[in-house]
Amino acid sequence: MSKAQTLLDKLWNAHEVLIREDGTSLLWVDRHLVHEGSHHAFAKLAAREGDMAAPDLTFAVVDHYAPTHGRAKIKDPQISRMIETLRGNVAVHGLKIFDLDDPTQGIVHVVGPEQGLTLPGLLINCGDSHTSTHGAFGTLAFGIGATEVAHVLATQTIWQRKPKAMRITVNGTLAAGVSAKDIALNWIAQLGTGGAQGHAIEYAGSAIEALSMEGRMTLCNLSIEGGARFGMIAPDETTFEYVKGRPYAPKGAHWEASLADWATLNTDHDAEFDRDVRFDAADIAPTVTWGTSPEQALPVTAIIPDPNHLDASKGKAAKAALDYMGLTAGQPLIGTPVDQVFIGSCTNGRIEDLRAAAAVLSGRSAKISGLVSPGSALVKAQAEQEGLDRIFTDAGLTWVASGCSMCVGMNGDLVESGKRCASSTNRNFRGRQGRGARTHLMSPAMVAAAAVNGTISDVRPLLQGRAL
Amino acid sequence: MAGWSTHKGTVITLPLANIDTDQLIPARFMSVPRSEGYGNYLLHDLRRAPDGTLDPDFSLNGNAKPSILLAGANFGSGSSREAAVYALVDAGFHAVIALSFGDIFSSNAVNNGLLPARVSDADWNALSGATGDAQINLEQGTITIGTTQVSFALEDSWRVKLINGWDDIDLTKQHTAQIAAYKTQRHQSAPWAWPAHVD
Ligand code: SF4
Repeated sequence: MSKAQTLLDKLWNAHEVLIREDGTSLLWVDRHLVHEGSHHAFAKLAAREGDMAAPDLTFAVVDHYAPTHGRAKIKDPQISRMIETLRGNVAVHGLKIFDLDDPTQGIVHVVGPEQGLTLPGLLINCGDSHTSTHGAFGTLAFGIGATEVAHVLATQTIWQRKPKAMRITVNGTLAAGVSAKDIALNWIAQLGTGGAQGHAIEYAGSAIEALSMEGRMTLCNLSIEGGARFGMIAPDETTFEYVKGRPYAPKGAHWEASLADWATLNTDHDAEFDRDVRFDAADIAPTVTWGTSPEQALPVTAIIPDPNHLDASKGKAAKAALDYMGLTAGQPLIGTPVDQVFIGSCTNGRIEDLRAAAAVLSGRSAKISGLVSPGSALVKAQAEQEGLDRIFTDAGLTWVASGCSMCVGMNGDLVESGKRCASSTNRNFRGRQGRGARTHLMSPAMVAAAAVNGTISDVRPLLQGRAL
Repeated sequence: MAGWSTHKGTVITLPLANIDTDQLIPARFMSVPRSEGYGNYLLHDLRRAPDGTLDPDFSLNGNAKPSILLAGANFGSGSSREAAVYALVDAGFHAVIALSFGDIFSSNAVNNGLLPARVSDADWNALSGATGDAQINLEQGTITIGTTQVSFALEDSWRVKLINGWDDIDLTKQHTAQIAAYKTQRHQSAPWAWPAHVD
């Protein structure tokens, strides 16, 4: 009898072209997603006068530099140049591009799943660390650097050492107002940003199975913030239901064949993991970051920690973080004044995220300003059809086009130095949202609560008596 | 990329944990073509006061021309931006020594001839207390500062790659036939893995 296999084993074996003596595998890449930031890689390919190996498996998206307003006439020449460079490379190699004026444009990790480019059982690479998002479909998906992007362009393969296998099991039921974002921030706070380094995470358990595809994507997306290059979830009916009928998804006989293949994509009952950790969904509260690393997160009801009470290495980092964040140890997180909010990004810019935020904001007004940028033009259209845009604008927030926007600030949407932003994004690193910007990561519903009160707030009381 | 097996240089210490890629190079510099050089953007905001002047207390701002960085845990965590490695390489660095590294950063580093050397807590402390000339020996896997010598951890395949300065695309081209065979087999066994045609 062959050895029991993990989902990682099965996906890995299916893509292994060869394994070198030193244990490095050459893997076949089913989908390669590129964006404006891929310019270094295209330049490397051009420098060797090389052709692309599989333009039909490569898809380009304008997202990192995509302006969220005034698209018809882009004012910043640097942004125009970045987008024009991508268009030029797309033209040279004959790639499909989801361009600014395309009704299906959006953030690469939103567009891939939406278009059915992301499927269970595939291997997906993109020059972006949040490529782990696609693992939500039972997909081997990981972010790569520019040299590796050039390698995939040239060969449609990638050299990779197999990571160790780690399972995070979450059983039980999430309370109202608690979401996939909170599951993620909670485990990262407990295990640390290096907690899953060198590992591929498989998420399992009843709380994971109960998540929608949107929630699963949020969770897998944040795997990299805990150090894991891969996050994955075994595909099930929820997955198949989501994929079915999407533009690039298999049709007819291919669809039937794919379903049969996908049914085998799960971890064998007695397979072993290098690391196995468990959480109880009932223990997870709405979670907020207070520092400059995603592991510096606590339940919203907590008080800001005193660096002197943490162990030496953490204490030093905590002190520096509190200085940067302009926070005082011993104060409650709730009530911390916030200057602005941002709802969007590949972490929390999907329709379900906008619905969760709108459920809190409906009939209320925001005390502070903020930007709402849907993850894609399709999400935007869907939200407008549901009237969510009106809820946001009636509350006083600004409704804009889709792109990475304030997640990374490359398109000019920045948080000013010293300003505090409640954000549905993925990184609270110093300067991530702009030089000197102070970012608090939280779920979209929690961002909405911060907007309503103008302070960091517990969303749960605001949800009372509201249909979710 | 040129290979190397030994390096002599000067060490500088940056005893901070979690130096993420957004610190190593802020996003606003990433549209610059590589030919213009990325060295000036290394840790751009961390080493400057808000008014843009260099902070004289920041270790990297001294007169020494360091080529080895001794840094805290989880170095290079965060994004896949290879520009973080370009900034280090263009500023003259050959190696970063740390307790741990972000996974994507490490592979990006090796792809650019930069050594990500992992050391234990005790060895890190020994190195940070040592003075004198520094030397790295890739074959032996050792770092020497003055009279202090420690071993570092590195995947064997990465050691070989750094020493030979190999380019992965050239290596992979040797396997073209195997890749073609794999592709044919995959196309037969999983035709659904190719994107459906969209009108
Ligand atoms: S939204 Fe943020 S994390 Fe996601 S792809 Fe864009 S820049 Fe990367």
